[in-house]
Amino acid sequence: MKIFVCVKQVPDAKDVRLDPKTNTLAREGVESIMNPYDRHALEEAVRLKEAHGGTVTVLSMGPPQAEATLREAVSCGADEMVLASDRAFAGADTWATTYTLSMAIRKLGGADLILCGKQAIDGDTAQVGPGLAERMNMPCITYVRKVVAVADGAIRVERMMDDGYDLVEAELPALLTVVKEINEPRIPSLKGKMKAKKQQLVMLSAADIEADPDQLGLKGSPTQVVRVFAPEMRGERAMIEGTVDEQVAALAARLEAIL
Amino acid sequence: MDYFLSEEQQMIVDVARQITEERIIPQRAELDEKEEFPVDILKAIAQADLFGLYIPEEYGGFGGGSFDIVLALEEFGRGCVGIATAFAANALGAYPILISGSEELKQKYLPDIASGAKYAAFALTEANAGSDASGIQTTAVLDGDHWVLNGSKQWITNGGEANIYTVIAITDRAKGPRGATMFVVEDTDPGFSYGAKEKKLGIRASSTRELVFKDCRIPKDRVIGRVGTGFITVMRTLDLSRPGIASLGVGLGQAALDEAVRYAKQRVQFGKPIISFQAVQHMLADMAIQVEASRALVYATARNLDVNKSGVSKISSMCKVMATDMAMKVTTDAVQILAGYGYMREYPVEKMMRDAKILQIYEGTNQIQRNVIGQELNKEYINK
Repeated sequence: MKIFVCVKQVPDAKDVRLDPKTNTLAREGVESIMNPYDRHALEEAVRLKEAHGGTVTVLSMGPPQAEATLREAVSCGADEMVLASDRAFAGADTWATTYTLSMAIRKLGGADLILCGKQAIDGDTAQVGPGLAERMNMPCITYVRKVVAVADGAIRVERMMDDGYDLVEAELPALLTVVKEINEPRIPSLKGKMKAKKQQLVMLSAADIEADPDQLGLKGSPTQVVRVFAPEMRGERAMIEGTVDEQVAALAARLEAIL
Repeated sequence: MDYFLSEEQQMIVDVARQITEERIIPQRAELDEKEEFPVDILKAIAQADLFGLYIPEEYGGFGGGSFDIVLALEEFGRGCVGIATAFAANALGAYPILISGSEELKQKYLPDIASGAKYAAFALTEANAGSDASGIQTTAVLDGDHWVLNGSKQWITNGGEANIYTVIAITDRAKGPRGATMFVVEDTDPGFSYGAKEKKLGIRASSTRELVFKDCRIPKDRVIGRVGTGFITVMRTLDLSRPGIASLGVGLGQAALDEAVRYAKQRVQFGKPIISFQAVQHMLADMAIQVEASRALVYATARNLDVNKSGVSKISSMCKVMATDMAMKVTTDAVQILAGYGYMREYPVEKMMRDAKILQIYEGTNQIQRNVIGQELNKEYINK
């Protein structure tokens, strides 16, 4: 089984700031980590490989420094790492990102299974997984908390819901986005780290993936960020004190006054 | 301080540190409280390839040496000496096979120890044989193709959890020190059982139990080395293992220092953080000096052990004494600096102080270490 895991390098959530001028995330001087949900996607991919055979390729679209995140993924069990990196990709929204990722996966021969974290902790859109599935013309199952079975060209999973779970089966190839309940990601092993040090990074440019330049980066992104702001605290707050009866009476009086 | 670690050594530190931060520290208080063996954490350590650090590559290990295991143990010791002891006891149990075992024994047991599939333990101490190993009562008698063991071993770390035990027993009492032999006993061998799990002051996540041998029959080829060489194997094993215990002391001392400095910066009395008072500053300074000096000696000793295979008893004992006496002192001072809070179980330093005590006792008491150092000095100066 050929498994792709899409990973994103994100600023450590402990240390997030907005650049007030550009309304984008200030990344300078902030430690970068692998998006935590992607660690769970990677772990699940490695476990599926260990159980069913195949290969795990980690793919990221990002600046050259995202290589560190890909090497970390190799140290945790991925076999191959691919970085789609090109100035033309810069400023991409989720629409342009899914286009780029889909072209990269096609260029690399396609996938039997694609795993993504449910969302990235910086943008929080949760759109790249489903968008990529659409671009790849694959079924998409989101919020996967357990892979129940992979057999006969199909995958059966539990999808986490507020009031329980859905049992869903899809034909392969398919794309899953996973929640953190799915597993506990492993810590990189010593042999994994040594492999990661030597592993060849595959770099893909816009030309390599034969992309339409109009669909890339800022140019290919219909999203416009008009303003980013912290919501103001509104409304008055009042504490009602006294015995329970007194509090109920006081609350009722206030409600009556409003009505 | 920069100890100029190689890239590989830094990787060992990084892997061990991540396990310590993500798995050991969040769970240590609960495992201590419940006196629970750290099964999941040992699995994570195994998955990270650290069980095989000191085992040669031909037996499935990483092919490292004393310094490599010292680096890992220091990190684990920083997290929890109890959990670190449960891990380190595997090395202590494996060393006799590694040092004196036949090729067949090495191939049979080391790969499973290297992968963490099986746990190992070392069994020397008895009710009447601690510092004085000549008091050993456990016997082994040859009966056809089997050795038959009778007796019991006391306070065995990983007892009941390990699958592979390296055990010393008397095979010919008339021969004195040359009448003891080491054997491999497996947990499934007939006539082998465990006593009750001990309740301890500290390192409560580790398991300590009695081993009972009652007509325990093991195949003849389980002898480690030659018959009669048991004491030599034990001494060489302890020479190798003591820097590991010392490194637990370094890690523990560092952890206590970290907690004490952090607290002293936050705690305000008389309108100032207590770190601004010289009484506290001097305590912290002394703690830092002792931690760093111990680390330097342990690293230097471990590097020596990786090159020199004999004549290492003195330095091995020296680093064990220095780092573990330091750990006791530094953890006690950390509790003093945190004072009332330090004495409470909500803060980690009381556990650190409880855990420190065993380091001065096990793997040879610090008094016995000083005997070793003194005897070596006596020998060294014979012709000077």
